[in-house]
Amino acid sequence: MFKAFLIKYAEIGLKGKNRFLFENALRDRIQEALNPFGVFKVSKEQGRIFVECPDGYDYEETVDALKKVFGISSICPVVVLDSSKWEDLTSGVGDYIEAMYPDRHITFKVEAKRADKSYPRTSPEICADMGAYLLGRFPEMKVDVHEPEVRFTIEVRTRSYVYSINIPGLGGMPVGTNGKAMLLLSGGIDSPVAGYMIAKRGVSLVATYFHAPPYTSKRAKQKVVELAGKISKYAGKIKLYVVNFTDIQLYIYDQCPHEELTIIMRRYMMRIAEQLAEKEGCLGLITGESIGQVASQTMQSLAATNEVCNMPVYRPLVAFDKQDIVKVAEKIDTFETSIQPFEDCCTIFVAKHPVIKPNLKTINRSERKLEEKIDEMVETALNTAEEIIVGK
Amino acid sequence: MKVYLDNSATTQVTESVRDKMVKVMYEDYGNPSSMHLMGVDAEKYMKEAASIIAGSLKVEPKEIIFTSGGTEANNLALIGTALANKRKGKHIITTRIEHPSVLQPLVFLEENGYKISFIPVDQTGKIKKDKLYELIQEDTLLVSMMYVNNEIGVVQDIEEIVKELKARKKDILIHVDAVQAFGKYRIYPKRIGIDLLTFSGHKIHGPKGSGALYVNEKVRISPLMFGGGHQRGMRSGTENVPAIAGLGQAVLELYINFDEKINRMYELKQYFLQKVSTLPNVTINGLPKECTDAFEMEHIRKTAPHIMSVSFDGVRSEVLLHALEDRGVYVSAGSACSSNHPQPSVTLIAIGLPKHLMDSTLRFSMSDKTTREDIDYTLEQLKELVPLLRRYTRK
Repeated sequence: MFKAFLIKYAEIGLKGKNRFLFENALRDRIQEALNPFGVFKVSKEQGRIFVECPDGYDYEETVDALKKVFGISSICPVVVLDSSKWEDLTSGVGDYIEAMYPDRHITFKVEAKRADKSYPRTSPEICADMGAYLLGRFPEMKVDVHEPEVRFTIEVRTRSYVYSINIPGLGGMPVGTNGKAMLLLSGGIDSPVAGYMIAKRGVSLVATYFHAPPYTSKRAKQKVVELAGKISKYAGKIKLYVVNFTDIQLYIYDQCPHEELTIIMRRYMMRIAEQLAEKEGCLGLITGESIGQVASQTMQSLAATNEVCNMPVYRPLVAFDKQDIVKVAEKIDTFETSIQPFEDCCTIFVAKHPVIKPNLKTINRSERKLEEKIDEMVETALNTAEEIIVGK
Repeated sequence: MKVYLDNSATTQVTESVRDKMVKVMYEDYGNPSSMHLMGVDAEKYMKEAASIIAGSLKVEPKEIIFTSGGTEANNLALIGTALANKRKGKHIITTRIEHPSVLQPLVFLEENGYKISFIPVDQTGKIKKDKLYELIQEDTLLVSMMYVNNEIGVVQDIEEIVKELKARKKDILIHVDAVQAFGKYRIYPKRIGIDLLTFSGHKIHGPKGSGALYVNEKVRISPLMFGGGHQRGMRSGTENVPAIAGLGQAVLELYINFDEKINRMYELKQYFLQKVSTLPNVTINGLPKECTDAFEMEHIRKTAPHIMSVSFDGVRSEVLLHALEDRGVYVSAGSACSSNHPQPSVTLIAIGLPKHLMDSTLRFSMSDKTTREDIDYTLEQLKELVPLLRRYTRK
């Protein structure tokens, strides 16, 4: 029945002179999202985006794809009437109601827009006459102009468009409108959610994963590639750097106090990620850290890892409880993948009693014991990082 | 260099098995149930395979039921026997070191009113025979035990045990899971008194998805698959002719130079154990108690020729496995154990392996294609990696 979708957007409507950039980005993201499912025509029209569907398209599949595009506030499936003659319009709207609202015990309001100013009825006239026609045809229906249960919107152009359903979209802003950031992606529950949340603000993602073969397995890496794939369903194509961290980790193990291993490791991860971020032209780093979740995420630990970065570090989950993170992970379908039990490189040598309130002076003193080889090792890690492109 | 020492997980098919299967899939692809000539030709492959297999076991071709592999054959043997012989008894005995494809059907039967008893094993993995004989009751229907254990290679005294069981209860049924033994031993179920015998194709250079159950013609079992009545109604479903033909071909090749192949594997096993045990803090599992550090051949020969289970104290098996993999050596971990998902192996628990070794055990499993160079290369890697990995552990 529906041959098109009208896409409404919220926030990007507020942007001043840059508005067209946001609209173009949204149009492009929608086009990309629908390309795998057929030839959809996506166009900008007066503050909305209009999607025309090919014959035989799959309604559910299309709506699901649109529900994954950031920047959409609502998705309206539209009935297209080829003729705008009054009789065709009234019978078209009537048939639509017959199909969509078989119960008919609804309160309604008709809203009309007229692009074709030569049309014989003005907008208020269309509303009034259509209302009268519908009340005649469906006596069970009642008009309520203040709080109607259903709003029928009719747009009259060369063809006419009728819609009454609003499917909520994800909100946020279209990816590609707010720069790029580097996500530190582990195999856990949090980091994919963090990436998703920042991408929702229109930020493109690059990701870095640290592995420590043979201490971590190829399946652990495969899991992270899968997670990046799931994020890319929302965030678009992601370049994933896989950094071999084994030598650095063992060197820290040999040189530094064991209880500081995790915190020093994380500082080096941040340093390496930042260098890759600079190379990629990113404007910040993203982590899934949340205050107090584990020893390495106390305020003191966060300060210690933060200290080594010059770029802003975005931590969208910083004040989230675990169960709230899990809810988002389930919604974006990363949870099941995240909980697969593979060792990641943060857990393999973890101390029984790691420092929970690291002192910056002490940590810096410990790191001086790494001076001899660490720069070279970081260099090697950067040079040997594997690049994987994930997503469309 | 690539060294594949995970032959108890699966094996490479031989060239002739591959060629045979390609021919059946691409040229002689008829359905054995079809009435025309192509059907007849396809049926020939099945008959040929059944006769090769029956010949190797010295049984009748009609006593072979082709299945999708060892798991299905074990399910059919256990559940099929239980269903068809309800009136004879509802008590089934098995061991503590069985494969999940024996254990889980028995769990299912237990939930459905059967009584299952488990026989313990000693530290070398041998069944405690006295315990087994004591368990036999009036309503004991079936004893199911594995011939060669897949994790540590211990071999049960099947012949002796079956004789004793039948002497104590004439109509007791015996099922033997011979997935790891088939092709390593000459097994003649009828002469020993085994009523049901499971084996699998992909452990003997045949294809995955192939296997069979030998069922003595006097034993009644119920099918688990219902449909078109294929294989005398015992296993409905169009026969997997390419896999069956491949299985037949693999069995045919097994017994060419059989003794020579087995002797060579034992020599390699002895050599490997002698060398690997020179590394500090290494434990070899599944050997007879009398076996000393010299690994005398007479004792080695009491275990399976192809399986070596070694615990490296202070090294996590998963890590050593991946480190070996990086150097081209493919093995199995005795027990898949990760920090958040412990899955200890039933066999290693049953033999009372100390907890700290549980997660440090690797299984090396050879085939008749394994060479001395393969073993030497593997030993070299172990010599380098084990001390290295011992340096870095959780503290």
